[in-house]
Amino acid sequence: MRRFILPLVIFLVVAGFLFKGLNLDPREVPSPLVGKPAPQFSLPRLDNPETVFTPKEMLGKVWLFNVWASWCGACRDEHPLLVELAKTGFVPVYGMDYKDTREDAQQWLDQRGNPYVATAMDIDGQVGIDYGVYGVPETYVIDKKGTIAYKQIGPITEEVLRDKLIPLIKRLKAQ
Amino acid sequence: MKVYSILRLALACLLLHTTIVLAEEAQPLEANQAIEVQVQRLSEELRCLVCQNQTLADSHADLALDLKREIREMATKGMSDKEIVDYLVERYGDFVRYRPPLKSSTVLLWVGPFGLLLAGGVGLFLQLRRRQTMTTDAPLSAEEARKVSELLDKES
Amino acid sequence: MIPEIGHFALILALLVSLVLGTLPIIGAASGNAVWMGLARPAARAQFLLIAVAFVCLAYAFAAMDYSVMYVAANSNSKLPIQFRIAAVWGGHEGSLLLWAMILSIWTVAVSLFSKHLPDDMRARILGVMGLVSVGFLLFMLMVSNPFERLIPAALDGRDLNPLLQDPGMIFHPPMLYMGYVGFSVAFAFSIAALLGGQLDAAWARWSRPWTTLAWVFLTLGIMAGSNWAYYELGWGGWWFWDAVENASFMPWLVGTALIHSLAVTEKRGSFKAWTVLLAICAFSLSLLGTFLVRSGVLTSVHAFATDPRRGLFILAFLVVVIGGSLALFAWRAPTIGRGGKFSVISRESFLLANNVLLAVAAISVLLGTLYPLFLDALGFGKISVGPPYFDSVFAPLMAPALFLMGIGPIARWKNASLPELAKRLRWAFGVSIATAIILPLLLGNLTPMIGLGLFLAVWVFATTANLVYQRLRGSDQALITRIKSTPRSWWGMVAAHLGIAVFTVGVTIVKGYESEIAVRMAPGDVAHLAGFDFTFVGVDEIQGPNYSASRGQLRVTKNGVERTVLTSEKRLYTVTNMPMTEAGISPAVIHDLYASLGEPLTDGAWSVRIYHKPMVEWIWFGCLMMGFGGILALSDRRYRIKKRSKDEALANEAVA
Repeated sequence: MRRFILPLVIFLVVAGFLFKGLNLDPREVPSPLVGKPAPQFSLPRLDNPETVFTPKEMLGKVWLFNVWASWCGACRDEHPLLVELAKTGFVPVYGMDYKDTREDAQQWLDQRGNPYVATAMDIDGQVGIDYGVYGVPETYVIDKKGTIAYKQIGPITEEVLRDKLIPLIKRLKAQ
Repeated sequence: MKVYSILRLALACLLLHTTIVLAEEAQPLEANQAIEVQVQRLSEELRCLVCQNQTLADSHADLALDLKREIREMATKGMSDKEIVDYLVERYGDFVRYRPPLKSSTVLLWVGPFGLLLAGGVGLFLQLRRRQTMTTDAPLSAEEARKVSELLDKES
Repeated sequence: MIPEIGHFALILALLVSLVLGTLPIIGAASGNAVWMGLARPAARAQFLLIAVAFVCLAYAFAAMDYSVMYVAANSNSKLPIQFRIAAVWGGHEGSLLLWAMILSIWTVAVSLFSKHLPDDMRARILGVMGLVSVGFLLFMLMVSNPFERLIPAALDGRDLNPLLQDPGMIFHPPMLYMGYVGFSVAFAFSIAALLGGQLDAAWARWSRPWTTLAWVFLTLGIMAGSNWAYYELGWGGWWFWDAVENASFMPWLVGTALIHSLAVTEKRGSFKAWTVLLAICAFSLSLLGTFLVRSGVLTSVHAFATDPRRGLFILAFLVVVIGGSLALFAWRAPTIGRGGKFSVISRESFLLANNVLLAVAAISVLLGTLYPLFLDALGFGKISVGPPYFDSVFAPLMAPALFLMGIGPIARWKNASLPELAKRLRWAFGVSIATAIILPLLLGNLTPMIGLGLFLAVWVFATTANLVYQRLRGSDQALITRIKSTPRSWWGMVAAHLGIAVFTVGVTIVKGYESEIAVRMAPGDVAHLAGFDFTFVGVDEIQGPNYSASRGQLRVTKNGVERTVLTSEKRLYTVTNMPMTEAGISPAVIHDLYASLGEPLTDGAWSVRIYHKPMVEWIWFGCLMMGFGGILALSDRRYRIKKRSKDEALANEAVA
């Protein structure tokens, strides 16, 4: 009687998926922006509110766009790595300070070192929405044509930097 | 003196009056109720990304409030539900929608329950028909019937 | 010292459950009476040991022993004592201990009330429950030990999640667990019957009261949870289709099907294989729910901190228990007889159709809950399946089930006549259609969903009334005699079905006619909703045991007459630094008035949300009626343990 085996078969298939599900992170949402042009914006810079930063300036270069905030705990974890990376001069790192105040942000950078060529101030979080930011820190790799090549959700770790970001940036630079 | 007191009285009345007016009708938080209806409808369909599992309507998280504000702005501009949802999907992906769009990967999700219902109905009917043609099985075997009737106090 | 006693008791309980899970079953297979006889003492010893562990943990909470990691993580010295005790099940480890505790309560209950069961059957049932217990105790001892020490001890605890600091926390989890762990009894009966080949009407007769009791607990547990969410989460929702709610709802749907299917199996000997499958599924879904909650596979408001080893352990356990029992089913089910003959139009068919609908509903909830996981695992990206999906899929599946509910109890067993049914129900049908159209028009809003909901609710009311009328009509006995001579289980069915109707009225009316406003209110300001005037009295600051709060009051008047005062608090729990809203609710039969205090604005004004929720209480009252129906059915004299006739003892011998 084949039909009596059916419940078992269905269960085993479900169990297989559950097993696979154990290794997936339900919180990580892949960005639909990967492979699309980085949204344009122009925001005042942290160092000089009179001047603005806009991604257009970066056309022709491969760069990192790191969304951070002084109130964000996980940003603290990745910050030393960014400082190291910036020192090597391998890739320019630009920052966007998300829903923060100038004073707090400046103090934070003074204390921990400033890896950013420039930091754009997204005080009301408007540009954050355009970039689909939902958890800080988030980091975008943007190529010479201004296309988002990769999005890291959550802090950059040494593994991510070594295994994903650096090889990817090398490849993009060679293009 | 008299003029002064009348003036004072008038002033007092005016003040009193204004305070009454100020403290009378509670003002809606958002002026345009038609737009609020749309915002509410949309935020019940959309997911708060930073929360565990909540709609935008239910959430008080920062990002949820920002997104609601964004939706309100778009609604004020006269954008339709679909345009607003598309705007958010462009940025956050289908994950933001609590009502998954119908596409090849979600066909099973949308059709599955009704397919099952149909299959269940047809299966049930065939089963019942087949049972009817079978004559071999007695309701309960004589032995079983005896046991049960002994077990159960007679109903009614 | 006390925590070590608890830990040691758990280890001993594991050893005892290992004995319980093996020797009696082997004894039953080989006819070894001594080994079979071990089942009852082992069940009792296991219960005592787990109870000792439970009391030890509760003591650690009461005595604020912050050298126990779990206590330190889930309580605080300022936490009021009732919540300190309830915090025992406020986290992962403790809720597993509650699970094991409740399983051992059910096991000991079976050991006490199974004197009339044949020895081998009883040995197998207790043995199967022992095996389930082994899994949970092992899980606790290996990766989720509630007694683990924290060295050095914390000075104070991190406090219980403020969301859980509510009287609902005291009742909801134990009730819910009593429900879905209770299905382990029906499960164990089925496995024992499959093992022993004794799948007969007597088997259905025995497992029926246990299933009904578990179902009553589950119904009330879900109700308590829904009611809790309604007043605690602060926006008046009562069901969110969250993964964890679904995890309790799926066993409920299958359990409901099981109750009906057991009735047919007992009375007519039919659907045996199906009934067994339902019993296995009801408990399997409870276990699956535990997995979904504990493993962190799905994001949910209830998910506790996760550990991949835990997920892997529960999954392995699921595969052994569910996979094993379904394999046993696949092997043994083909030998099960088909039972009595009945025609396509008969009460059996209607009950079976209802079973199919309930099963399809349960599978749909499962599909919706797991679909995001399926897509993610296959690399199709992330999606969310939420309330809008479930609402639009679930209503069309449940509508035919409610419709059949009106016909099933009226149809005859074996062979019913469609024209006769139609003739008998035509009045009920007319009344339902008329109400569904006229009432919404009077209330000023007719949508298809309101019409359908009211039609179904009135349909169930009307057909049930017809059923009762037909039952009590005629014959020359006095009415009271006729009422008394009707079995309680029948009245239980009537009460439960009316409960469904009441529930449906509540859902339909509140969804169709609720209204809300969000206003800015300074002291003295007045807002208007649904004919009531709400005057903002103002906000004062108060200090709770472990929180500080702003308490806002609204005086509610209608036509100048004061009706009630709504008090809503905005609390800030000091240890966790989490804000919580306590809604101000004035519940009544006709409607709830519901207010929740928002944020402070300028000039002493606050944002305030006020909701008018017509007939929302009917939702929970309907659930209470269902539970009451279950209890009525349980009190039927056929199930009373005390009154055991000589006949029954004789029958037991015959079965043995």
